[in-house]
Amino acid sequence: MTDPPDYRLSHLQSLESESLHVFREVAAECERPALMFSGGKDSIVMLHLAHKAFSPARIPFPILHVDTGLNFPQVIDIRDRRADELAVRLIVASVPEAMERGLVTPEPNGSRNRIQTPVLLAAVQEHRFTALFGGARRDEEKSRAKERVFSFRDEFGQWDPKNQRPELWNLYNGRIHLGESIRVFPLSNWTELDVWHYIAAEELLVPDLYFARDREVFERDGMLYAANDMCPPRDGERTITATVRYRTMGDANLTAAVRSDADTIERIIEEIALTRLTERGATRGDDRVSEAAMEDRKREGYF
Amino acid sequence: MDLLRFATAGSVDDGKSTLIGRLLYDTKAIFDDQLEAVERTSRLMGDDYTNLALLTDGLRAEREQGITIDVAYRYFATPRRKFIIADTPGHVQYTRNMVTGASTADLAIILVDARKGMLEQSRRHAFLVTLLRVPHIVVAVNKMDLVDYAQDRYEAIRNEFTAFATKLEIADLTVIPISALRGDNIVSRSGVMPWYEGPSLLHHLEHVHVASDRNLIDARFPVQYVLRPQLAEYPDYRGYAGTVSGGVLKVGDDVVVLPSGFETRIVAIDSASGPIEEVFPPMSVTLRLADDLDVSRGDMICRPHNAAVPSQDIDAMVCWMSDTPLVLGKQLALKHTTRTARALVKDLQYRLDVNTLHRDEDADSLRLNEVGRVQLRTTSPLFVDPYRRSRTTGGFILIDEASNNTVGAGMVVGAE
Repeated sequence: MTDPPDYRLSHLQSLESESLHVFREVAAECERPALMFSGGKDSIVMLHLAHKAFSPARIPFPILHVDTGLNFPQVIDIRDRRADELAVRLIVASVPEAMERGLVTPEPNGSRNRIQTPVLLAAVQEHRFTALFGGARRDEEKSRAKERVFSFRDEFGQWDPKNQRPELWNLYNGRIHLGESIRVFPLSNWTELDVWHYIAAEELLVPDLYFARDREVFERDGMLYAANDMCPPRDGERTITATVRYRTMGDANLTAAVRSDADTIERIIEEIALTRLTERGATRGDDRVSEAAMEDRKREGYF
Repeated sequence: MDLLRFATAGSVDDGKSTLIGRLLYDTKAIFDDQLEAVERTSRLMGDDYTNLALLTDGLRAEREQGITIDVAYRYFATPRRKFIIADTPGHVQYTRNMVTGASTADLAIILVDARKGMLEQSRRHAFLVTLLRVPHIVVAVNKMDLVDYAQDRYEAIRNEFTAFATKLEIADLTVIPISALRGDNIVSRSGVMPWYEGPSLLHHLEHVHVASDRNLIDARFPVQYVLRPQLAEYPDYRGYAGTVSGGVLKVGDDVVVLPSGFETRIVAIDSASGPIEEVFPPMSVTLRLADDLDVSRGDMICRPHNAAVPSQDIDAMVCWMSDTPLVLGKQLALKHTTRTARALVKDLQYRLDVNTLHRDEDADSLRLNEVGRVQLRTTSPLFVDPYRRSRTTGGFILIDEASNNTVGAGMVVGAE
């Protein structure tokens, strides 16, 4: 990414610059921030941007992972490697542990999506985090399109879409009372395609699951799921080998793969430029429940 | 490929949602599953057509009430440019939302219904986007299909708007006749209006020249964060991180640090991609200086012969965004660049009627969505520029210290 001589930035440089500004603003103004890290491509980009924002110093806040216990092993592997390389503290909030303690119970379909929220909120309380960085983008979903970069949450972590703080210029308001918090979305203005262009430009390591490979899959509700311990085929679901890749890294039991030949980043970019389905619509069983599924979860304190 | 941010302003039935739906659809930024969801909802609501407006109604309350509550951000790209749309609703909380959406916009599209012509709200939209100094304005004369694509309708509206615009300071005005519903003059020039010789809307958005809108003269670098790694590899590193607000800064430049007034020199600039020789707005970088000075967040690095003037008396246009009115003697927190001070409302010179531009000099308060000229006294000096010279060092927000809410937006007229 070299600078053009006429003092213009490419769209990726503009987005990067805006994100760095957001990271530094939070570190300067919020008392105890943490970066939510899931191991997916967005959080990999986030961690990279956080590193750049404070380089050559270390990232001045820990990373927090709400581990559902149903992550793809590769994702956990990348999480641990990156935390180690960047010498940043990793805090894991475990959903299975919370289930054992009786704090939460999974939904009948096995989804642990909703029960991540109480586990997240318990971790926020325990570590007294006042600001949490999330990798959500406004192009992902309709309610996210209306959320601020600095999203105010009450003491229950709830989002009130009708009562958001106006956000002007690059002046962010991170002020809170005791118990309240701010969710911060440095990638708000990035699209899925921007994220991939950036991963390519910066040569970032992402889980191999994003690339098309021959995998054992079966069909359920019109979507292709990888057959594994966390997601075994039920009676009557026939396992086949297909060339597939993942567009998102959700829980292994609910994240579907898509048929694809995109086995390199360049081919993924080509594919996304032509695709006719959103990443969540194509691959996330958990977002299909209702038109307002994401909005409802956010109101409860979800990202 | 560069980036263009634009805001759209229109009233309830101007066809704004249809226009945005059309732009997204024609540039393939709408996905099949989104379209299916919209088709499904349209049927449930009893519409006999696919209501593209539903694409932009994100929240449950909005769908239930058929209104838009908040600014929504949309994204699309063409091979030439990436676009960010700030879609601002025209009715509920209009001023607050429009001001928010316009604050970062390079361009604003104001929709006018060809049948109705310029309405009071069109004037209001034009005033607000010029108040926020959006450099480029497009008036989209929509629903041309409903006036038989009549040239005289378009020209009447264009002339009326141009006449009104002379009261405002509009740098660049373009008036385009369109039909969002039928796609005329949206992506390409339409054959049904051969008398119109200008560009299509998308062509204009792709080609409008925005690089020169930035201030590349007045070097302004608000210090955002001080980097002192204190690691074995970097024992003495001390860098000042921030976003360039104005001007061009180069390695070797003499600079002055406000408020101390100490002069020093830039010895190195670190960017996201490594060391770099010169930087410009809006790059986020880290400056290293020749001397070990006491520089902290909220300080500002400028050129010795062109520095911002520190001031505690701020004269500004304020847009009020809270249910609790702004009154004389009110104390607020004021955030300007990376500096926060406390501000006292000393005087309200006048309240401006955003529809007629009439100045009410007897006003003693600003209520929700009202705009007025306000004098503020701050507890510590701010390094401001007039907003007309710089949108980043001329803009500030006001925060209620009890609720912590952002309650006002200010644009500096002058400072003493």
